[in-house]
Amino acid sequence: MFGAGGGTSSYREIEETDVIVLWGSNAREAHPIFFHHLMKGLDNGARMYCIDPRRTSSSRFADAWLGLDVGTDIALANAVGREIIANDWHDRAFIDRATTGFDHYRAAVEPYTLDRAAAITGVPGEAIAELARAYATAEQAQILWTLGITEHHNAVDNVLALCNLALLTGHIGRWGSGLVPLRGQNNVQGGGDMGALPNKLPGFADIVDAEARARFEAVWEAPVPPEPGLHLTLMFEAMERGDLRAVYCIGENPADSEADVTNARKLLADLELLIVQDIFLTRTAELADVVFPASVAWAESDGTVTSSERRVQRVRAAVPPPGEARDDIDIIGELARRLDYDWGKPSPQDLWDELRSLSPLHRGMSWERLEAEGGLQWPCPDEDHPGSPFLHGWLWEPDLGGRQPAPFSVVEHAGPIEELSDEFPLRLTTGRALDSYNTGVQSGSLESPIRSGDTIDVSEADAARLGITAGMRVRVTSPRGSVEMPARIDPGLPEGLTFTTFHFPELVDVNQLTNDAWDKRSGTSEFKAASIRIEPLAAASPGSGPAAVVDGSGAGAGG
Amino acid sequence: MTTIDSGRSTGPGPGEAAGTPVALTVDGRPVEVTDGATVLDACTAAGVETPTLCWAANLTPVNACRLCVVEQEGSRTLVPACSRLAEEGMVLHTDSERVRHSRKMVLEFLGSASELDQAPDLARWSAHYGADPGRYGPAGATMDEEVRVQDDLYIRDYDRCVLCYKCVEACGDDAQHTYAITMSGRGFGARISTEFDVTLPESACVYCGNCVAVCPTNALQFKTEFDLREAGSWRPDDQTVTRTVCSYCGVGCNLELHVQDETIVKVTSPDDHDVTSGHLCIKGRFGWGYVHGR
Repeated sequence: MFGAGGGTSSYREIEETDVIVLWGSNAREAHPIFFHHLMKGLDNGARMYCIDPRRTSSSRFADAWLGLDVGTDIALANAVGREIIANDWHDRAFIDRATTGFDHYRAAVEPYTLDRAAAITGVPGEAIAELARAYATAEQAQILWTLGITEHHNAVDNVLALCNLALLTGHIGRWGSGLVPLRGQNNVQGGGDMGALPNKLPGFADIVDAEARARFEAVWEAPVPPEPGLHLTLMFEAMERGDLRAVYCIGENPADSEADVTNARKLLADLELLIVQDIFLTRTAELADVVFPASVAWAESDGTVTSSERRVQRVRAAVPPPGEARDDIDIIGELARRLDYDWGKPSPQDLWDELRSLSPLHRGMSWERLEAEGGLQWPCPDEDHPGSPFLHGWLWEPDLGGRQPAPFSVVEHAGPIEELSDEFPLRLTTGRALDSYNTGVQSGSLESPIRSGDTIDVSEADAARLGITAGMRVRVTSPRGSVEMPARIDPGLPEGLTFTTFHFPELVDVNQLTNDAWDKRSGTSEFKAASIRIEPLAAASPGSGPAAVVDGSGAGAGG
Repeated sequence: MTTIDSGRSTGPGPGEAAGTPVALTVDGRPVEVTDGATVLDACTAAGVETPTLCWAANLTPVNACRLCVVEQEGSRTLVPACSRLAEEGMVLHTDSERVRHSRKMVLEFLGSASELDQAPDLARWSAHYGADPGRYGPAGATMDEEVRVQDDLYIRDYDRCVLCYKCVEACGDDAQHTYAITMSGRGFGARISTEFDVTLPESACVYCGNCVAVCPTNALQFKTEFDLREAGSWRPDDQTVTRTVCSYCGVGCNLELHVQDETIVKVTSPDDHDVTSGHLCIKGRFGWGYVHGR
């Protein structure tokens, strides 16, 4: 956002902020140790507002839970913006100096009255007004989100709607105020930072920028393609067209994790060549022509990962890899050698130093400093620089540090692509549970005493109407597929909404149900909003299948 | 956009000004600490090692064990070093007859009612102060219960529990805010318990293991360690500890991998790292079996 691909704030800041807006995130379960920092903030007197269709375990700690309908986040955000402006709570001086497009924004949110927003979102107007007042009048305030915002067909608009609120109030670029997307994987931030994006080079240099390419070409002694590549979703479309016929997949399990997974598996199986490099023989690896067994990056290899607060930290080898498994760097180097490129045997530190020579964000992070200082937060442009706890302080400089002002964005409400119908009358949304992780390849061996397996969670009202009891096996059907699973009754769900995790694809192939409609800008599928129907099969016999508990605490939300 | 922050955005957090200096005397030595430091900090600054049990760097002092008491001139009673704030002009004695006598008796009382053989620090201090738990008659006040082994993550051995409250604090306000356990009963009947003594899976427990990590006597013990000890093959001297970063969500929790015979046997987190302050979740602390193909 505002030109840098990372969250703005440090964990320490949430301990000292005044208002916390947790939007589409069940951090209590999906980011438990971040939630420790958040709890310190609450213990220090901060107020918290949770915006989530489900009454999650995180929302139990909130001053207010705003239970909006799935996919109505923009209507809610725009109404908050309108309410702030109508009450003159916005920061005019900040808006004048540091932003553009305010008048367009004000005009665009004008129709989002409290009444209209309440009708769209299902959240009472008073609650929206209270959120607007609390956020805008706080000295310091943060908005935090995860996949409840980004796993939608209009993910980028959702994020922009939240950015607008920060620009409106000046809750950005200051200690304790910020916009914080919590990262779901241990190095998803680092992957982007290192250029594992189709349009970026390491350090977020633009691939279409000839000057940037020239810097990399000089060091790499090879031409860099001037056109952006494909992100995962576009790759699957290219496979569908037959344009993409060979795939080299490293540490990803799309044969279980993609939305509309039946189609994804067929496309992977039909490839002329599929190479998979992984620490497990995943379902994707089972489809592969060649499998490279890799070492475990955080316990069998040395390197770095980058966290949600942009902190680069060292990972270290503690045990030897088993059998023929090798370090990712070795495998890629060996492959290059077979293709007649001898890259030698660079150490992780050699590669890091090359990165530092090319990415000004990382230039000051010597390997020695990363060891000695317990990690450093980018940007860290030179070795005397302490690293940056928060971003965008330039918004508060008189001349904006010579930069362009930050633009407001006009975004409009657009509900889920898949509307509810008589045939598929229930909304299905997906997310994580505390003790499991993604497709379960890592967490599956954890013998968790609190695991209930993938269940279809239904509201008390829907359960009563459909004759579903706790633990009963049911058939869940979406326009794309149908699976059987046990039901669980969750009083934290509003009528019409159902929820499931996706951690046990061998048992319940949840992504047969999910919708692969996706945002053209982010490439993210709308995992959060499918339409389904549920049919009871038979009551569970004691001891068969996962236990179902009548309790709101077991399952987690948006990743 | 290719714009990146130049680093000008960096700003310090507020409230980081240096504290007011506080001068005091420890065992005749002048020592200076900053406002807000404890007597324990002052002792450490003076190079005096202080025995602690219920205190931990990542928990709020609860003053449960009284092992760390020191003598303050002008104070009728001994003062707990871990929680008493250092004050200007304090004159402290850490090795007076009163202090030695008090610490010795605390260690004897604990030793007469609990098994402390897996608490190496306490054994060292017991030897130092000449503590003799046996002089109160035959041991018999331990809980004398079977070790509770309910799952593959951690065990509870009540015979080792000294009721220091650390697990309660870590489960509650100081870290996890789960409140699955607290003290129940009184006198010799006092014990750490879930509500109505229900099993852990029935309680609010989320298996973060933060209680296990702070336990000073191994009353709470990782199952991996327990199994190796039972088999006679727990060898701390042969273990390496490697610091790395957790493989699950993007918070970036630092892990310490305890490795014996090329196998991870326990995972902890450094309490001096500001991301975790020593605390982890169930995945980070227990979810590493896949490294060894489990």
